[in-house]
Amino acid sequence: MTPDLVGGLESPDYASHDKAAHGPPYTSVFVGEVRTELDELLTRYPTKMAALLPALWIVQREHGWVSEEAIKEVAGLLDLTPAYVKGVLTFYTMYHQHPVGKYFIQVCTTSPCGICGAEDVVRAFLRHTNAGELGVTSPDGKFTVIEVECLGACGFATPVMVNEEFIESVTPDKVPELLARLA
Amino acid sequence: MGYPHYPHERESTVLSRYFGDAEARTLAGWKKRGGYKALDKALGMAPADIVNVIKDSGLRGRGGAGFPTGMKWSFMKPGDGKPHYLCCNADESEPGTFKDRELMRWTPHALVEGCAIAAHAIGAETAYVYIRGEFTEPLYWMDQAVKEAYAAGIIGKNAMGSGKRIDVHVHKGAGAYICGEETALMESLEGRRGNPRIKPPFPAVSGVFGMPTTINNVETLIAAAPILMNGADWYKKMCLSNPKSTGTKLYSVCGNILRPGTYEVVMGFSFREFLYDVCGGPMHGRKFKAVIPGGASVPIQTVEEAEATLMDYEGFVAQGSMLGSGGVIVIDDAQSMVTVIARIARFFAHESCGQCTQCREGTAWTTKIMERIRDGQGTIEDLDTLLDIGEQMTGKTICVLSDSCAVPVVSGIKKFRGEFEALIQGRRFHPVVAAVA
Repeated sequence: MTPDLVGGLESPDYASHDKAAHGPPYTSVFVGEVRTELDELLTRYPTKMAALLPALWIVQREHGWVSEEAIKEVAGLLDLTPAYVKGVLTFYTMYHQHPVGKYFIQVCTTSPCGICGAEDVVRAFLRHTNAGELGVTSPDGKFTVIEVECLGACGFATPVMVNEEFIESVTPDKVPELLARLA
Repeated sequence: MGYPHYPHERESTVLSRYFGDAEARTLAGWKKRGGYKALDKALGMAPADIVNVIKDSGLRGRGGAGFPTGMKWSFMKPGDGKPHYLCCNADESEPGTFKDRELMRWTPHALVEGCAIAAHAIGAETAYVYIRGEFTEPLYWMDQAVKEAYAAGIIGKNAMGSGKRIDVHVHKGAGAYICGEETALMESLEGRRGNPRIKPPFPAVSGVFGMPTTINNVETLIAAAPILMNGADWYKKMCLSNPKSTGTKLYSVCGNILRPGTYEVVMGFSFREFLYDVCGGPMHGRKFKAVIPGGASVPIQTVEEAEATLMDYEGFVAQGSMLGSGGVIVIDDAQSMVTVIARIARFFAHESCGQCTQCREGTAWTTKIMERIRDGQGTIEDLDTLLDIGEQMTGKTICVLSDSCAVPVVSGIKKFRGEFEALIQGRRFHPVVAAVA
């Protein structure tokens, strides 16, 4: 199997909208140590497919998001089709399908936090990051703010996730200080 | 213990004793506190004997459904020639619930031990702990605990020198409430979209990877170790009400209350005393209006119903709700019930997997109508429409997410109709010219 055909059919150029838009050519994720990590993961499950979610996590850790090229690479390694991988990828909310800001800020606004004032926390983040709108990255490329459904820390309202860091009991007046620490 | 608070004297801290105790997170610290003695004992027992002890203890599933744990384990037939699997459901996503997060971040070894005991009892060699992706801290501590346990030979090829193989793997979810549904969790674990499966076949017959599988909540698995150490009778005695609900239960309390946090009380505790004494009562100058006692998907209780409740599986049902996952959401008189319920509906609309029409369309339309009422654009007919949609969404789908969306809406309209009507009537006095279609 040649590398080009790994994972089945090559998708046509027009489907691969990340190629031109996002600069440098794609570098493979699963080489060297990362490949060893995947091989170890594969021993945990009776099927290759079961390693799909962990593999996508690795891609996101290495590249910051999951591109079309990465989908093809993962599909090839796990004997799946790129279409299948994309189907799974789009089901889950935590995988980024496009690049996001350096700090990806998720604010919980589900009911228990909602009644403790989470909407005000969201507004504070949007104002102080200059992102302006939910899901839009700030002009300096640093911040993307989204609302997220229940982060599972309802007693510590409002919980906020900044990349992998979990911050509890955020109030609107704490937001500027928190952002200053990041920037 | 309601970390970050000190334990209240009326709590019974069996599972939450070491919350806030950083040393208990390490293997050495956990062993010093009596950890892995229960596993050692379990590995010396026949699996059927362990199942019997759990059966006798009356332990019931702590994830929401309250299915007897011993009976669930007994469905796994030994010697059928198939690999058995254990899944631990740590995809805690029910709004209002955060007890498993506390358990995993303070006592990760307790869960490793619980998984190993259960795996031995059901004849499984592999246990998967499916933790939701947002739980970065529990994921970190569980990873550490599993690594330490492997290195010490507690789990692995020859678990504690017993000659039995028990593997425990941590699997990270990726953001989907529905993966907390047991069959959706299995689909997700297999590397698929998290769409729930039609039952039967039940997991004990055909679960993850098509093999017999038992799936338990974090709190259920952790409760197995103290039961084995202290005996079924000790556990059975922890009950203030009826013998069908035994032991202690963790409640995560949040919303408009003075001391939110995770609390552990004996089954049958008075909900009134729990809310006003253990959790400190309402914020200053406010009054409780409503309580959702078991996570967002159980019926809403009025404060009168809540005060009359005994905290066990039957007690909550008797007062118009359910124990669920023990996620207590307290709502005070400063909140609009319509806003709260509209937000709950939006949650379910976001999390519907979209397999079943009733759920996909029902959750979305419920949200649209609820938000219309919230914004003063509703009509009185909307209430009947909501009740009708709610009926169409109940009992007609593969899993209960659809029902879970209908339940708070229907119970909310029934119990707080006045608030809905006030918002709708308000429109008559201030008619909006360009009404939203």
